[in-house]
Amino acid sequence: MSYKEQWFGNIRADILSGIVVALALIPEAIAFSIIAGVDPMVGLYASFSIAVIIAFVGGRPAMISAATGAMALAMVTLVRDHGLDYLLAATILTGVLQVIFGFLKIARFMKFIPRAVMIGFVNSLAILIFMAQVPFIFGINMTTYIFVGVTLAIVYILPRFFTAIPAPLIAILVLSGIVMYTGIDMQNVGSLGTITQSLPTFFIPNVPFNLETLQIIFPTALALSIIGLLESLLTASILDDATETDSDKNQEARGQGIANFITGFFGGMAGCAMIGQSGINVQSGGRGRLSTFTAGVVLIFLIIVLGNWVVQIPMPVLAGIMVMVCIGTFDWGSFKYMVTAPKSDAIVMLLTVVVVVYTHDLSKGVLAGVLLSAILFAAKISKVEVRNKGLNADASNVYTVHGQLFFASSQDFVSAFDAIEPAERIIIDFSDAAIWDDSGVGAIDRVMGRLQSKAESIEITGLNPSSEKLVKTLATYTNSEENASQH
Amino acid sequence: MYEKILVAADGSEHSKRAVQEAVKMAKTNPEAKVTLLYVVDYGKARNEILHTQSPDELHLERRKHLQPLEDIFHSTGVQFETKTLHGTPGPTIVKHANETGYDVVFIGSRGLNALQEMVLGSVSHKVAKRVEAPVIIVK
Repeated sequence: MSYKEQWFGNIRADILSGIVVALALIPEAIAFSIIAGVDPMVGLYASFSIAVIIAFVGGRPAMISAATGAMALAMVTLVRDHGLDYLLAATILTGVLQVIFGFLKIARFMKFIPRAVMIGFVNSLAILIFMAQVPFIFGINMTTYIFVGVTLAIVYILPRFFTAIPAPLIAILVLSGIVMYTGIDMQNVGSLGTITQSLPTFFIPNVPFNLETLQIIFPTALALSIIGLLESLLTASILDDATETDSDKNQEARGQGIANFITGFFGGMAGCAMIGQSGINVQSGGRGRLSTFTAGVVLIFLIIVLGNWVVQIPMPVLAGIMVMVCIGTFDWGSFKYMVTAPKSDAIVMLLTVVVVVYTHDLSKGVLAGVLLSAILFAAKISKVEVRNKGLNADASNVYTVHGQLFFASSQDFVSAFDAIEPAERIIIDFSDAAIWDDSGVGAIDRVMGRLQSKAESIEITGLNPSSEKLVKTLATYTNSEENASQH
Repeated sequence: MYEKILVAADGSEHSKRAVQEAVKMAKTNPEAKVTLLYVVDYGKARNEILHTQSPDELHLERRKHLQPLEDIFHSTGVQFETKTLHGTPGPTIVKHANETGYDVVFIGSRGLNALQEMVLGSVSHKVAKRVEAPVIIVK
């Protein structure tokens, strides 16, 4: 599909779905700003700017990128300790890093991230977003509980009968109206920040340009760039599948970088693709770049026109909508997965969740999960087994080797031959084994050495051609073997 | 005589019985051709991607849903074709059925996820209401 078709191949449906997404984006952008500890405008500007830019430079048409919970959670500490300007600087640096990752073709590394880690990623994301809502829900008063409850009832029951307007928006309209009409005293968006009814403007973050600043923002920027790419590429795969089309993942990585880079200069926080919103877009008929563009433009238009009303959104309603987002984000199949998946996968998933919930940093959890699964994988494939097939008719004792012979399994392989019975001829059959490296060859060599005293002749069979080549070139025993077989 | 027969299936036991009934009807007419429609649910795309390591594994998982159904056709020699569409099951089935124009549509009464049925209502009910051709719900 040409770039022009990606824009204008689906105009009517793209504009309609873009409007639906814009409506659904507003409460999330505000809520994620509050999680990050910044003014709602930082998230709203980010959502506008990222959506509009990614519409042009992204690699996955119809994917919605904006301010997200995963990114907001990773910037909490930086904002608290150093303030907004450092966050904007970190956002710009995140963009630079992501563009570099894009040019390094980061997408191909995605396949090395085990699904257990990705499941842990979405689960811990859901848990963290929920934890961020706790102060707005629990221990305030009865009215708060009622408002949260009514919000949840509206967002879950209403779509059964009516889907033209997103249910969260209806919850906001109805409940804000009730609060304004009855004058109930309740925390609202306005008590946590201000809404500016203007377009974002270009400015350079007010930070000193020195090494110290870099040291402050780099760890956050690195975490943000990893989290952003992870969620964006996962979302892209989901959309690829849902729309039966392909996307350019490396272009998407670069696009995310460009979007964050520019957004930082316009007072927006770093963002990435959103699984939930992209799903809403596709289910509403969005297929092209125009849908993402429309979502961004309509969002900022609504804020400029309705800004005075947005501050009236009661916090319990916003928290209720976030609870819905958590429930949608959490992978409820995980409980079954814990039982049916291999134990090692279940442990990796749990470790990812525990590390994220403990450190409040998704990137650390992913790193821990990937490391553990790499170790477990190595442990799993490093099991090499030697079985004795017993004596053949010609008095040769046959041993078969099963598994992968490499640096992690070579020790076990050698010690498996420690206690074998002496025999006239010993045959070691490698038909069900593969030799990967010098350690494997060395191990064969050592075994041959040890067996010299236990057998008159030793024969190796069943090596596949590449293993045989490796053994021929590297092992020292082959000479004596050839000599032995010559007589 | 029924000639163009659609059977919408998701791999569940109910959909298997729907296929069996469709085959029974198709056998009465040598000209009959059955279209086996499998809808990949948007709503489940995320979870399916999360739980499979690669698109190839996902492909295999979906083939596993369809294979037993195709076997029913193979064993009876009824003419058929398999069609896979992506979307929300109910509306996607309705759209395909009405656009193509079938003589009769078969669907199992209950799909894979009970929760969705509780929240969103039954897919087979929606299909029966909106498809223009006669619909046979198999339980």
